[in-house]
Amino acid sequence: MYPAHMEESIRKVEATRGRRLQETLRRLSSDEKEPLLREHHPDFIAGKMRQLAVGPNKGEYTPSELADLLEGNSRIDPDKIDLGRVDHDLDVLVIGGGGAGATAAVLAKQSGATVLLATKLRLGDANTVGAQAGTQAADRPNDSPLMHYLDTMGGGHFDNIPELVEALVKDAPEVIRWLETLGVNWDKNPDGSMHELSGGGASRLRLHSARDYTGLEEMRVLRDEVRNQGIRHLEFSPAVELLLDGRGHAAGAVLVNLETNELTVVRAKAVVMATGGAGRLHIQGFPTTNHYGATADGLVLAYRAGAQIIFLDTMQYHPTGAVYPMQILGQLVTEKVRTLGAQLVNAEGGQFIMSLEPRDVVAAAIIRECQGRGKGIATPAGQVGVWLDSPMIDMIRGEGSIARELPAMVRQFGRFGIDIVKEPMLVYPTLHYQNGGIRISADGSTSVAGLYAAGECGGGVHGRNRLIGNSTLDIFVFGRRAGKAAAEWSRKAAPGALSLDHVRRWQKGLEQAGLAGSRPVSPLLLPDYARPMADFLPDSARRSLPVQRVKLT
Amino acid sequence: MAELAHMVDVYVMGRHYRVPQGLTILTALEYCGYRVVRGCGCRAGFCGACATVYNFRNDAQLRYDLACQKTVEQDMYLVQIPFFPALKAIYDVDRLEPSGEQVLALYPDIVKCYGCNTCTKSCPQELETMWFMSDALRGDIRQVAVKSFDCVMCGLCAARCPQGLVPYNVALLCRRLYGHYLAPVSQHLEDRIAEIRAGKFDAEMDKLKKMGRGDLRRLYDQREIEPA
Ligand SMILES: Cc1cc2nc3c(=O)[nH]c(=O)nc-3n(C[C@H](O)[C@H](O)[C@H](O)COP(=O)(O)OP(=O)(O)OC[C@H]3O[C@@H](n4cnc5c(N)ncnc54)[C@H](O)[C@@H]3O)c2cc1C
Ligand code: FES
Repeated sequence: MYPAHMEESIRKVEATRGRRLQETLRRLSSDEKEPLLREHHPDFIAGKMRQLAVGPNKGEYTPSELADLLEGNSRIDPDKIDLGRVDHDLDVLVIGGGGAGATAAVLAKQSGATVLLATKLRLGDANTVGAQAGTQAADRPNDSPLMHYLDTMGGGHFDNIPELVEALVKDAPEVIRWLETLGVNWDKNPDGSMHELSGGGASRLRLHSARDYTGLEEMRVLRDEVRNQGIRHLEFSPAVELLLDGRGHAAGAVLVNLETNELTVVRAKAVVMATGGAGRLHIQGFPTTNHYGATADGLVLAYRAGAQIIFLDTMQYHPTGAVYPMQILGQLVTEKVRTLGAQLVNAEGGQFIMSLEPRDVVAAAIIRECQGRGKGIATPAGQVGVWLDSPMIDMIRGEGSIARELPAMVRQFGRFGIDIVKEPMLVYPTLHYQNGGIRISADGSTSVAGLYAAGECGGGVHGRNRLIGNSTLDIFVFGRRAGKAAAEWSRKAAPGALSLDHVRRWQKGLEQAGLAGSRPVSPLLLPDYARPMADFLPDSARRSLPVQRVKLT
Repeated sequence: MAELAHMVDVYVMGRHYRVPQGLTILTALEYCGYRVVRGCGCRAGFCGACATVYNFRNDAQLRYDLACQKTVEQDMYLVQIPFFPALKAIYDVDRLEPSGEQVLALYPDIVKCYGCNTCTKSCPQELETMWFMSDALRGDIRQVAVKSFDCVMCGLCAARCPQGLVPYNVALLCRRLYGHYLAPVSQHLEDRIAEIRAGKFDAEMDKLKKMGRGDLRRLYDQREIEPA
């Protein structure tokens, strides 16, 4: 059910399909990739990044939308909070209830710590549930952790921190089995061997999947396990500031009830940050695949508390976000579609890039095809995209393959009258993943003592570009490591009195830099999609009302 | 913006609004000025946070869907589902039996199902809910796992069950039992874990870790790629 002019283009795609089934495009060499990225990848557009003016990474570049929040004003006034009244007192506080947070909580608990998990929406409302394609682990006989290492380093442009990549690839098979022991249902062949697929930038078939609901399957099992272990968790309670002690060690956090604005003071001997990504900042106006709460909060909190961040000058734009229909604009069309054999095709039915190149390369090539060469297809709503030729999959792999391997995709497009078994999907890059984050060591520790980080909010593992299937691996590898390490640290830690002095110093720094008046409050917590209504508030009221009463959350 | 040219009439908790055609229930609420806190997660049909019911101005029959995926239609009456707690059994997955008796021990109420099929009708994923519940009763764990696999745990089945059953949690238990106890063993996975533990890759890994960028890049460009 595409509009007529799009159907016309589809006829051209169909006409070349037979020929394309025989046609494999060559992969680009590193020397060919660089100019493509420089000219067409959003990371390289001049004027879209800005140097940070304050904080531990002062002078480094990051997208302006993120810079605004990293340089933001605190949501709380330290002088108005009584830190003598502690609501929760425990060994390990985990902030964030996605895959990394739930894993860290389970491991910290198993290591003997008392644990509280605080999260912004419901437990499991997170980027993790959206993961479709799968999780990498080099466990087939023709594969090895060494190849996984090389692929990951190459994908990350060799900027990745070697120790972290080593941990990632060596823990991977163990993680797959751990998840299975918890009850995750992996796709398997009848003989028990894993049904594994290839992925962009991977040199072996290494992607473990659970249909195209991999992250959902992982998350619902872990969420259930958090409950079975009796781990306390607070929902709709985002952290708005970290607490430190006099020595600058992490010592807890201030949480806010998202609906009532009530504050909660948590004292903890160790804190694990697991707040995920930043897609909802809509960097450069891109739509996103990310969940509602992906607003970089953890970066903001950790940065203010003195933690180093790394590789925040690069974001991942997933090459294939949906462009039509507009109801699903920017939502993910999983890379698994290309893994299974679908090619990327322009308005005339021609291929323009080997579709399993690393993501940044494919995204840049699609942008070049649409913006640079004018060979995209426009939708009635004014978006442009290229075709992802899904019907090829059944031709290559046999009838029924699409239905079996991609039920979520079939369902998502089917709702809008598009049968992806018969017709291609229109796609364009969408903001997907935060490649960098809070800089971690192999045990998840950060540059702030007692503060650990895991998952998408952490940085270093993926260098400047993450490979498919390496993030849902990262969250378990480093979630486990951080959970264990935090529990261990909490056994020895003797935190001093709780303090928000770092927030006071931060605000003073902003004043001195002349930024306090021009920066927003952060963390953002949620994007604001409600249609703005005319503002009738008299200025006197704006001055006298607390911020929260002017604008909720 | 041709798709936006038409407006449709909808009613939010009874109040009339006109919204552009082509919005989802979720974006229509936002268009009307509501800031959603509960009832919104992935915004992409995967998390089940936005389970919703609706009917029409002149058609009282309730329909069920995910607010982030359902397009608004003329004369829709929209509400948001209030939160209500659902029963979940607490268990140690390492100490269970993959059997029907086990499922029954943890969720004894499932015998009360009288086959009204409301759960199936209310499933926005169009799963055969009542059928996997009867598989659960018969102890066919694998069938429950297969049939319930695409469940986003939105809770609509439990919300509508006249007997207060919680199909989505029963299904989760069965899938965990399947993964833990019944899925065939992946020998290559076990072998690889043993190799890594024995240090088989350590020396080579150290070399790679110390290798300069140029050499690493050469290795990378020359690596042989298994056909997809
Ligand atoms: C649609 C989609 C598909 C993907 N597909 C794949 C794939 O196939 N393979 C792969 O490897 N990776 C994939 N990824 C990436 C991967 O899923 C994520 O990077 C990963 O799951 C992130 O996990 P996390 O636990 O770090 O963060 P999340 O899962 O996002 O969890 C973060 C949690 O922290 C909470 N939070 C945020 N701020 C606060 C705060 N201030 N206080 C308290 N809590 C807070 C959030 O609400 C959320 O619950 C995909 C991502 C998306 C969005
Ligand atoms: S918000 Fe996640 S399914 Fe609708």
